[in-house]
This record gives sequence, C-alpha cells and structure tokens, in this order.
Amino acid sequence: MKAKITWFDGLIAAIICLISLTVIVPFLYIIAVSFSPPGDSMAGNLILWPKHWTLDAYNYLLNAQTFLTSLKNSVIITVLGTLLSLVVSIMLAYALSKKGIPGRRAVLLLIFFTMIFHGGMIPSYLVVKNLGLIDTYAAIILPAATSAWNVMVIRSFFQSLPPSLDEAARIDGAGEFRILFSVVIPLSKPIIATFTLFFMVQFWNEFFSAVIYLNDTNRWPIQPLLRQMVAISASNISADAALDAQLAANLGPNVQNAAILLAMLPIVIVYPFLQKYFAKGAMLGSIKE
Amino acid sequence: MQKTQRLNRFKQLWPFYVLAAPGIIYFLVFHYVPMSGLVLAFKDYSPFKGIVDSPWVGLTNFRDFFSTSDFVILLKNTLIISFLNLGVYFPFTVLLAIMLNEIRMLTFKRFSQTIVYLPHFLSWVVIYGITISFFGPSGVINHYLEQWFGGGANFLVSNEWFRPLVILQSIWKDAGWGTIIFLAALAGINPELYEAAKVDGANRLQNIWNITLPGIKSTIVVLLLLRLGSSLDSNFMQIFLMSNGLNLDVSNVFDLFVYHIGLEQFNYSFAITVGMFKSIVSLILVVSANYAARLLGEEGIF
Repeated sequence: MKAKITWFDGLIAAIICLISLTVIVPFLYIIAVSFSPPGDSMAGNLILWPKHWTLDAYNYLLNAQTFLTSLKNSVIITVLGTLLSLVVSIMLAYALSKKGIPGRRAVLLLIFFTMIFHGGMIPSYLVVKNLGLIDTYAAIILPAATSAWNVMVIRSFFQSLPPSLDEAARIDGAGEFRILFSVVIPLSKPIIATFTLFFMVQFWNEFFSAVIYLNDTNRWPIQPLLRQMVAISASNISADAALDAQLAANLGPNVQNAAILLAMLPIVIVYPFLQKYFAKGAMLGSIKE
Repeated sequence: MQKTQRLNRFKQLWPFYVLAAPGIIYFLVFHYVPMSGLVLAFKDYSPFKGIVDSPWVGLTNFRDFFSTSDFVILLKNTLIISFLNLGVYFPFTVLLAIMLNEIRMLTFKRFSQTIVYLPHFLSWVVIYGITISFFGPSGVINHYLEQWFGGGANFLVSNEWFRPLVILQSIWKDAGWGTIIFLAALAGINPELYEAAKVDGANRLQNIWNITLPGIKSTIVVLLLLRLGSSLDSNFMQIFLMSNGLNLDVSNVFDLFVYHIGLEQFNYSFAITVGMFKSIVSLILVVSANYAARLLGEEGIF
C-alpha cells in the first residue's frame, strides 16, 4: 500500500539535497583547488572542478621534509595508540565483565566517577610533565589510552555473550587468558572492529595534546602542522610557533588545500568501514557526555 | 581450612586482576593523580618549592578569581555559546532527523545519511582549514561579497562573527551525526499509530506533530538535560582554533582562560582554581540534570 509522492516528499527531498550540498561543495572545492595552479583559485573563486590539472601541490608537499615528518609521526602515534587502547580497554572490560570478583564494584565506581569529574587541563599537564613524557609520543598516547566510556561499552558487550561458552572452556581446563584470547575475542569481532576504527580516528585527529606536550616540532603529528599552514591565511593571525620557513614561503591555496585533503584522507578511506559499524557505537556513545 | 579456600580462590581469580591492572593503573595515574593536583588551588604554587612545600593560601585564589571582571566575562561567553548551541544546533538536529525519517526512498535516505555523517569524523583542524578557505580574507565568501556587494567582512577576526561561525561549524560537523540517536528512537515508534492516523485522514504534518514528536519526546528531554548539564563545557578544540586576539572579548571561555593563564603565563595555582571551579559546577550540573531526568520519569543517564 504505497502512498503517492506528494509536494511534501518533494520539499523534504529538496531540503535534504541542499543540506547534503553544503557538505559536498566544500569537499569538491578543496579537491579542485588542490589540483589547480594557485592562480586559478587565488582570489577565492569558487571552483568545483580544476580547469588546468596539476600535481604541483602534491609534488611539493610530498617532498617537503617537515610535512613528511609530521605524516610519519601521525602514523606512529595512530598505530601505537590504537594498539595500546585496544589492549588496555579489552583487558579491563573483560575483567570487569565477570561477576563475583572481589573489588569489582570498587573499580567500576572508580571508573564511573571519571565520567563526571576530572582534574582538568593543568593538573593533567603537570602529571605528564612530572612523568618526563614531554616531547615523547607517549605524551600523546598514554593519557588517551582508554576512557570510562570505552570500558563500559566493551564490558556490556562481553556481558551479552552467552556464559556457557567460556564455562565449557573452563571445564576443559583452559586458563583465563586462553579463554579471553581464543574464545571471547573471536566472538567479539564486531565490537573490536568498531573500537579499532574509533581509536584510529581519535589518534589521527588528535591535535591539542600535541600543542601542549610537544615543544619539539619534529615530533608534531599532522594536525598541529596543518593548523599552522592554514592559519597563515586567516589574515592578521601570525603562526605562533616555528613553521618551517621554506614551507611557509610556498603556501599557496593549492598547497594548503592539498594539505587539508591529505590530513583527512585516512579518515575518508576508513569511513565506509566506520559506517558499517558506527550506528551501534553511536547509540551507546550518545550517552557519553 | 578457610585459608586454603581463600588460596584456591586466589589461584582461580588472579588472572582477572592481572588483566585489569594496566587499566586501573591508567585511571589512577591519568585521572586520580590529576585530581589530587587540585590541592594547588589552595596553595601559591612555586615550581622551585614544589607541590608539597608551596605555602597554603586558603581560598585566596578563589576570592581573587570571583572578584575579577574576567569571571563574569568567562561565564557569560561560555553560557552564550552553550545556549546558542541549545537553541540553534539542537533543534536543527531534531528537525534533520525528522526530515531524514520522512524520506521514503530508501537509497536516497541512505545516501544522504552517508553524506551528512561524514564531517563528524573530520578533525577540528580540518574543519578550521575549510572554514578559512570559505570565510578567510581571500576565501570564497569574501570573493563573492566583493563581487556582488563591493565589500567583504572580517569573519575570522571580529567579535560579531565569532559566535555565528562557531554555531555554523558545530552544525556542519555534528548535526548529521547527532540525528542517529533520534533516528533510533523514531524507528521504535509503533507503525500501527501511523496506520490508525491514516484511517482518520491525518496528513503528514499532523502525523509529525501528533505521533513522531511525542514518540521521541523522552529522547529530546534526556539529551536536552544532558546538554544543560554540560553548559560549562565548551567545545574547547573548536574555540581554541577559532579564537584569536581580535575576538577574545567573545571567544574567551573557561577552558581557554585556563590554557592562557596556566600554560602560557605559568600561573598554575590560579589556572587550577579556575579549572576546579568549572569541574565542580559541572559535576553539580550533571548530577542535577540526571536527577531532573528521573523526576520527569525518564531513565536518566546513570
């Protein structure tokens, strides 16, 4: 029993198309500018398709040492950070998913409280500093190793698994570690995939901790460098830290937009996979803050 | 006898403690040790003397903070951005969810969802870069303003444009993503209600008003309370990137102030005082919001 298409459907479709365009147009613009010679877009001319294709911006960026170093740093931080986050979160969530272990309630409370109260920026900074982590990748990775929300969500997934499975393994004489690795984890692929992607996005996009914890710009990941590269065009704002002089001199709109595109490329690549899993994660995530 | 029993139990359970240890250490080191750092709010911290030996000053830091004009300005700026988000971003998200829900062509619906969810995953720096490409002095918007009206605007360095731009960014980045929770609630509405309304001859707008909106009322209420509970938390990454010397009158929020005072001027004690004030008020707000949700018969957040 299908109703016929009315003006109402048309109106909704038109509005949704318009909203989608506000997302698509900036993307097309960035791509078009990055593949055009700087002259074509110099005065803010809205181009959605390059008139003269050129790879100059990419050629330049992918040979600029500062830029390459930041990409390398981002990859290292993302890979190590994601691995560590997965290991720490899964192990803690698994331990907390089992009933009847003395101290479980206390640990849950300890974790839950961090959701509603935190020491704040400066005390956290002092801890990282006193641990001697300034100017190390660990300063970015360790403070973000997991969160109360991650642990709670993974834990509730583990609790939804049928208990008969690991009981059977236990009767067969398997130790707890073996049960976790050869029974529970293979059954938890969807949640692990979800969190792998979330952690990757989180570490790739990390910006502020690099600004406060990394004075040595050779350690900078891509995000803070990108900020400097684009901030130069925000008129009176001068880039405050040392941006590689050569990089600064060559900043046309094409190079800036190529840098924006490269900084979001990994996200766009994993996005289809993210989309496959995120609905469930987001449902739980909306309770996050 | 009891001793051996306990020993057996330990033999059985120790792997769980080993598994939990790194996570517990993480929470202690990176969440609870910083909380203990809050004592510095009651001290006049000097790096030479260290945390323990710096002199106690009681509530002096708090008194100083509340008596400066900064306090009122920070509170005002923070709350205005929060309430603009509440009044503009939030209704927009609800509206977008309802519109997406009304699309009957499934492929078109899925395609638009794919598009509008994407910006959520971009970093704030990328969004900042896109903002500059469009709103910067040599950006697209100014180009056309020049061409059509003969003059542009200093969007990025003016007090008037800071708030509209920040709200616009929030909507562009997160409104699509924000619809997910409403779409889930909408999927839970009993389809028989719509069938019955059809028999009664109700049109689509009447359905939205009488069935759809009441169906997601509780989700709206809970999320609204949640947002009220976090009124003092601005989206710091976003504000940090968008603020500059020329719009500081309106862009200075608690977190930004803490950053400037603490990490640029190294006045740790005062910065921690401000941060602590914010954390405590936030705690009270969140707990109250949860209590209010329960009073209204909703499930609450925790």
